[in-house]
Amino acid sequence: MTTQSPLHCKGALAVASIIVPLMNTSNLDALAIDAVKKSYGSLQALKGVSFNINRGEFFGLLGPNGAGKSTLINIIAGLNHASSGHIRVLGHDTVSDFRAARRNLGVVPQELVFDPFFNVVDMLRIQAGYYGCGEEVWPWIDEMLERLELANKRTSMLRALSGGMKRRVLIAQALVHKPPVVILDEPTAGVDVELRRTLWAFMRDLHAKGTTVVLTTHYLEEAQEMCSRIAILDKGEVKALETTSALLGRSPFRFLRLKLGEGAPLPEALRELVTSDKAGVIELKLETSKHPINNVFTALRTAGVVIEDVHTREPDLEDIFIELTRDGATA
Amino acid sequence: MNPNQRGFYTLLKKEVMRFWAVLGQTVSAPVITALLYLLVFAQALKGRVVTGYDGIDYTQFLVPGLVMMTIIQNAFANTSSSLIQSKVMGNIVFTLMAPLGPIEWFGAYILAALVRAALVAAAMLAVTLIFVRLPFEQPLVLVAVFLLSAGCLASLGIIAGLWAQKFDQIAAFTNFIVTPASFLSGVFYSVHSLSGFWYHASHLNPFFYMVDGFRYGFFGHADVPIYMSLLWISGFFVLVSSIAYWMLHTGYRMRK
Repeated sequence: MTTQSPLHCKGALAVASIIVPLMNTSNLDALAIDAVKKSYGSLQALKGVSFNINRGEFFGLLGPNGAGKSTLINIIAGLNHASSGHIRVLGHDTVSDFRAARRNLGVVPQELVFDPFFNVVDMLRIQAGYYGCGEEVWPWIDEMLERLELANKRTSMLRALSGGMKRRVLIAQALVHKPPVVILDEPTAGVDVELRRTLWAFMRDLHAKGTTVVLTTHYLEEAQEMCSRIAILDKGEVKALETTSALLGRSPFRFLRLKLGEGAPLPEALRELVTSDKAGVIELKLETSKHPINNVFTALRTAGVVIEDVHTREPDLEDIFIELTRDGATA
Repeated sequence: MNPNQRGFYTLLKKEVMRFWAVLGQTVSAPVITALLYLLVFAQALKGRVVTGYDGIDYTQFLVPGLVMMTIIQNAFANTSSSLIQSKVMGNIVFTLMAPLGPIEWFGAYILAALVRAALVAAAMLAVTLIFVRLPFEQPLVLVAVFLLSAGCLASLGIIAGLWAQKFDQIAAFTNFIVTPASFLSGVFYSVHSLSGFWYHASHLNPFFYMVDGFRYGFFGHADVPIYMSLLWISGFFVLVSSIAYWMLHTGYRMRK
């Protein structure tokens, strides 16, 4: 079975052509976020966030709980009002041109919400109708049911589905109108390995066909693997915005893992570099400029430490994330 | 059909499917309740209450009022229960994220409530006409009063559904405003049988004009002139529908 190209459904495309007549959209950003602020009373959830997401990107939006990720996504989706600032989806302002902006956007919400009155296929057809899509997307709905392994649940009532199945339906609902921009707000939170594999395979296919994907997740290895560019949000501000490789390369640290044998204890000077010590295996966090690896081995040899095994590890996204979001960190 | 029209039509269809899925609760139950009222009140009060309508006995007098009371309660229940359920369960995000404007929301919710109210009214009339002879003197007035009255209560249901944040608040709105106002609207009696204060108080109750105007549609005469009933109901509709539309437009208690 071939995945259909991620174009709008016929109805939505017709409206786009009415609203943006003859506009060349090829150079437009998928998402343009401009000085967006959001306050809840005295709490500033977003403090003037600005960045753009290119068309066709697989973009990661990361941050600890309370960083402002969901607030930003809710403003993009039209669920929240921004206190100030603007957001455009493929050039369409999410407030003044909300219909076109929303037709170009699909959002998988974080919460596991569903309408108990409907079965799976009826819910998907209803959702398509909201976006102006009719029977022309029914084959696409059938294809999504197959791809997300929901085909045998198509007439099951939503309230009767398991959590993982409900999550799959939420993903299908977000994609039902074939939006060119998709936001996945922690889509794999609490789901099993099988669904993760199914979901990522499906999203990779859509991305390969031109869909822009924005992902928020607490599983940083997923973001590292999938995203070409990443923004790290913390306390309502963008702490970092770089390609994934640049972000991984910006760390001044490397990790040295040693399995120690019977012999002298670790010298005092190296003890302060230990980040973990489990079952005789210690990990040292080395700042490349300060602690050349050769000096470390010289110090170990001089102290008479017996080394049984050695591993080195490059910092991963989790290490960078912790560096950037710890209290007092600067970008 | 353009995409906006399809969005409206889909929301309307979804709202109808929602109450259709529980037809026993949304249509059959209110019809049976209203018929029980008819049975009990007609048996208990027939011959004891002067209707003030020549040639119309109490049972005949009672039917239009009971049908309108059921219309009132069901039009309100349809919009208010749909919105509060969606808000509490969180699935309102599906419609909030969709490219639907306030006009589509308003139109779809009001029309779905009219469909449910019409079904309940038709079912009630179908059953009562077996036992009670009713003239249909002014069918156009009947339709106009039905549409305006159900529109008023559907709008009021939108207001309540958007204002409320839990089921208790909707229950309070129903139990302390809609039900008392509909019971005190002259369903079971002619306002001419009331004494000074209650007579005048009844004339400040918009539901009274709905019941009285509906009765005019059947019998060709009523407690107050039909133009006054139509003016009151139309004015009330403009007021509540404007508030409901404004709340939908601003995303009141939906979009933070």
